[in-house]
Amino acid sequence: MSGNAAVPALPGAGKRGGRDRRWLCVVPLYVFTLLFVLGPALYMVAISFAKNTAGTGFRWAFTLDNFAKMRDGVYVNCFRESFRLALSTTALNVLIGYPYGYFMGRLGARWKRIMMFLIMVPFLTSSLIRLYGWLILLQAKGVLNKLLLALGVIDEPLKILYSYPAVLIGMVYALLPFMILAVYTSVEKMDWTLVEAARDLGATRAKAFATITLRLTLPGLMSGVILTFVPSMGLFFIADLLGGNKIVLVGSLIQDQMTRGANQPFAAALALVLALMTTLMLWLYRKVTHTSELEGMLL
Amino acid sequence: MKKRRFSFPALYLALVTLITYLPIAVVVIFSFNEAKLPVAWKGFSLRWYETLLRDTALMEALRNSILLGLASCAFAAVIGTLGAIGMARVHFKSKGMMEYLSTLPIMLPEIILGMVFMAFFSLLRLPFGWPTLIIAHTSFCIPYVYLMVKARLVGIDKSIEEAARDLGASPARAFFDITLPLILPAVASGCILSFAMSFDDVVISIFVTGATLSTLPIKVYTQMRTGVTPEINALCTILLTAVIAAMLLSSALRRRGGHRE
Repeated sequence: MSGNAAVPALPGAGKRGGRDRRWLCVVPLYVFTLLFVLGPALYMVAISFAKNTAGTGFRWAFTLDNFAKMRDGVYVNCFRESFRLALSTTALNVLIGYPYGYFMGRLGARWKRIMMFLIMVPFLTSSLIRLYGWLILLQAKGVLNKLLLALGVIDEPLKILYSYPAVLIGMVYALLPFMILAVYTSVEKMDWTLVEAARDLGATRAKAFATITLRLTLPGLMSGVILTFVPSMGLFFIADLLGGNKIVLVGSLIQDQMTRGANQPFAAALALVLALMTTLMLWLYRKVTHTSELEGMLL
Repeated sequence: MKKRRFSFPALYLALVTLITYLPIAVVVIFSFNEAKLPVAWKGFSLRWYETLLRDTALMEALRNSILLGLASCAFAAVIGTLGAIGMARVHFKSKGMMEYLSTLPIMLPEIILGMVFMAFFSLLRLPFGWPTLIIAHTSFCIPYVYLMVKARLVGIDKSIEEAARDLGASPARAFFDITLPLILPAVASGCILSFAMSFDDVVISIFVTGATLSTLPIKVYTQMRTGVTPEINALCTILLTAVIAAMLLSSALRRRGGHRE
C-alpha cells in the first residue's frame, strides 16, 4: 500500500555505528492499519454516497439520498431511542459506578486486589453468559418473580423481560465494569494530601469533594462516560435478547440494513453518522481533559 | 448506638458486587439442575455436562473461538509490540494520525467495525471464514497490545539500553537482552485482554464469520434467540472455572515474581 507515503527521517541513525533500523518496527503496524483500518473506513465513506440498487449491489453515483433518508420519522425515532437508552445507561453507570470506583480506590492494598479480582472475573468471562443469567432471572416464571411473589411484594408476575427496563438492566450491567475501572484508576492516582489540606483550611467534606476530588477524578469519570456511552449505541444483541423485537436501536438498524435489508449504502451512511458522533465525543474528551488516552481503559 | 462494624462504603461495595454476581450464580446453579427449563429446581444432576461433551457442534465452536483468540492475539502481539517500539523511536509527520487510526478499532462502536469489514471484505472478495475473522479480530486486538506496551515503554529507563549499546551490543542484542524482558509483562497483559475481547466478541464476528464457521459467542447467541438448553449453563460454568483458575494462577505467578504492591 502507500506505506512509503511517510519516508522516515531515520532519527538518530548511525549514532553508535551501524544504522539504526528500529524504525522498521513500525512497518507491520503501518501496513495493517492502512490496509485494514483506513482502507475500510474510506470505503465506508465512499459507499455512503453511493446509490442503492435492487438486490445486494449498489451503483457508484454521488448522492445524498442515504443521508436524506435518515430524516424519515422511523429512523429519527430510532436514533432518538438509541440516544435515550445510551444516555440512561451512562447516567445509571455514573450513579452506580462512580461511588463504587471511589470507595474501591480508598481501600487498603489487600482489599483492592480482592475487589479487582471480583470485578475481573465476570468481565473476562463472557458478556453473553452474564446476559443469559439475566434472561433466567427476569423470566415471567423466573427466579426474581418467584422470590417477589413468595415475599408478597407483588401479586402477579412482573413482565420485565422483553421490555425497556430489561434492556436497560442488561446494558448497565454489561458496561458497568468499564465505568468502575475508569473511575478507580483516577482515584488511585489522586493526591489525597490536597483533600486533607482543603479540610485543614476549613472546607466542609462536601466542599472538599466538589472542588478537589471530583475535579481530579474528572478524567476517569469522563473516560467512563465515553467507554459506556459509545458502545451502548451499538450493542444490538442486548436489546435483541432482553428487549425482544420491541426496541430497535441504531445498531440493530445497521445490522438489518446490512443483511436482510441488503442496503449497504444506507447502512454505511448510518454507520458514518454514528462514527462522527463518537469522534465528536472523543474530541470533546480531549479538549476537556487535555489527554489523548482514555483513563483506565486498559486497567 | 452501638459501634458499627461495617461502614457505608464497605456495605455499598458488597451489595453492588453481590448483584453483579447474581446472574452468574443463577447460570451456575441451573447447570446442575435435572430439569430442562431454568425455572424450577428438580434435583442435582450432571447430565447437562455429559450432553455438552457430546455436542460436537458446540465443542467445535469452542475450539474455533480458542483458535481464533490465540491467532489474533499472536498477530496483535507481534504487530502491536513492534509498532509501539518503532513509534517510540520515530518522528514521522504521519505518526499522530497513524496512532489515532490504529487505535480507532477499539474507540468506535463495534457495530461500525463489523459493518465496515463486511462491506470491505466483500469488495476484496476475501472468502468469509477464518481469514476474515482473523483480520477483523486482529484489528481490535492490536490497540490493546499497542497501548499497553507504549505505556510500559514510557516508564523504562532509556539509559539502560543506551549503556548496552555503548558497551558494544548490537541494536538487536540490546533489544532482546534489555528492552524485551522489560516490556514482556505489558505484552502479556495486552495479550490476555486481547484474547478475552476476541473470545467474547459477538457483534463483529456476526458480520464476518460467513455461513460455515461458527464461534462460541455466535453459537450461544443463536441458541439464546431460539431456545437454550442447560448445556449452555454447563459450558458457562466450565468457562467461569477456567477464568478463575487462570486469574488465580497469574496472580500467584506475579506474587512469586516479586511484583507485589
